[in-house]
Amino acid sequence: MIEFKNLKKSFGEKVVLDGVSHTMESGKTNLIIGTSGSGKTVLQKCLVGLFEPDEGEIIYDGKSFTDMTQEERTILRREIGMLFQGSALFDSMTVEENIKFPLNMFTKDTGSQKRKRINEVLDRVNLKDANKKFPSEISGGMKKRVGIARAIVLNPKYLFCDEPNSGLDPVTSMVIDKLIKDLTIEYNITTIINTHDMNSVMEIGDNILYMVQGKKEWTGNSKDIIFSDNKQLNEFIFASQFLQDAKNMRMMEAKGEVPEEVK
Amino acid sequence: MNFITHLGRYSLMLKGMIAKPENAKVYWKEFMQQCNDIGIGSIGIVSIVSIFMGAVSAVQTAYQLTSPLIPKSTIAQIVRDTVILEFSPTLVCIVLAGVVGSKIASELGNMRVSEQIDALEIMGINTKTYLVMPKIGAALIMIPWLVIISMVLGILGGRLAGNASGILSNDTFDRGLMENFTTFNVWFALIKAYTFAFIISSIPAYYGYHVTGGALEIGRSSTKAVVVSCIMILLSDYALAAILL
Repeated sequence: MIEFKNLKKSFGEKVVLDGVSHTMESGKTNLIIGTSGSGKTVLQKCLVGLFEPDEGEIIYDGKSFTDMTQEERTILRREIGMLFQGSALFDSMTVEENIKFPLNMFTKDTGSQKRKRINEVLDRVNLKDANKKFPSEISGGMKKRVGIARAIVLNPKYLFCDEPNSGLDPVTSMVIDKLIKDLTIEYNITTIINTHDMNSVMEIGDNILYMVQGKKEWTGNSKDIIFSDNKQLNEFIFASQFLQDAKNMRMMEAKGEVPEEVK
Repeated sequence: MNFITHLGRYSLMLKGMIAKPENAKVYWKEFMQQCNDIGIGSIGIVSIVSIFMGAVSAVQTAYQLTSPLIPKSTIAQIVRDTVILEFSPTLVCIVLAGVVGSKIASELGNMRVSEQIDALEIMGINTKTYLVMPKIGAALIMIPWLVIISMVLGILGGRLAGNASGILSNDTFDRGLMENFTTFNVWFALIKAYTFAFIISSIPAYYGYHVTGGALEIGRSSTKAVVVSCIMILLSDYALAAILL
């Protein structure tokens, strides 16, 4: 579980986070949603320590991250996996070497143990035949899956995903979402996802934080979102007529009514 | 950003890179990779520059020494001392600032922009230690060797050019090389090589590590890294000459 209280962060005059508080639950997919510039990425970077908040506190399972020394943070970070928006794979290494890197750095496993673990995670992300390829030789969806494999290879307690669906087609997006959701449940990980993808919001949103201009605007889950009367949230989530119709269908389903179109 | 801010951030980067490696074996591999990239990868250009530098030096010295009272072997002495004292350490390091410096700056800049450095940070790796220290260490080991190779090839180039153009025979050149040789000149050249190696590796690492933006900024920081490195080489060249000679 990750808890943060009254987080504030400014860049010069621009206030990016304005007193955000929320709790990210373990074993659940916690989503941070909001329009571009709402402070999602800055919030996530503050949570992992890439940015230092100006005010506020971050607590990882009862331990204050804000008060930790650099050495303590380094140790905690070994329990964090992160999937970056652009995957951030090491260009000079093959897929296998990318996944092997954290194992080489932080474990004393033998060569065969490492190979076994690499095969396990590659199998888990459905990438068995790509281990000798370089990042430049694989597709965007495959890169994301390699990024996930690298993030989970050390069995992290916390998984951060920054826009995991960006640049992917809807089918691949769904595959990535399902994979993240399954891993979260399987390993009881606290997963925090920044996303714009409405399908992700509706399918894997166990705990959603909606941000507007650096502030918490709404929280709930994917079921609550359908019934929410928050005007800004509705405009953001159900921007198109298609999504509005989908919302109405879901509302009717939830109430046990059968839509006219289905009859 | 002003000069003081740059200096402060540069000093913090150097301070931050001095830490215990998370895994010595991985760091050693990275260090050897950098030794290969910086040292072996630059041998070709260093050899070409050095041979021609020595050759031109011999021909131009002969062109200026017209007096029959000055023995031909003096040409070899002049070639030897200019190559050892100035051409090999300074000129070669300026060339290396372009070759190695731009590589270091663009490599780190690209890693920064594509969030690879952030990915390493998240893994709990001290990125300054892992990315910067092996580059500086490799430069400090390999560049003095490149300078030594350059000295040998520069003198050899002068000998070849002197003989090929009929200015002086190989025997005369060899005799000139032995006359009035001062060992301190080699030590002085090595002190310069170590100083320049540090400049060539640390300044581009600083510019690359702190890139913000995209491809355009990587190019800009790479250019800036080479320009600043060259200026710092020339300034420290003068300072070392004034202090040590």
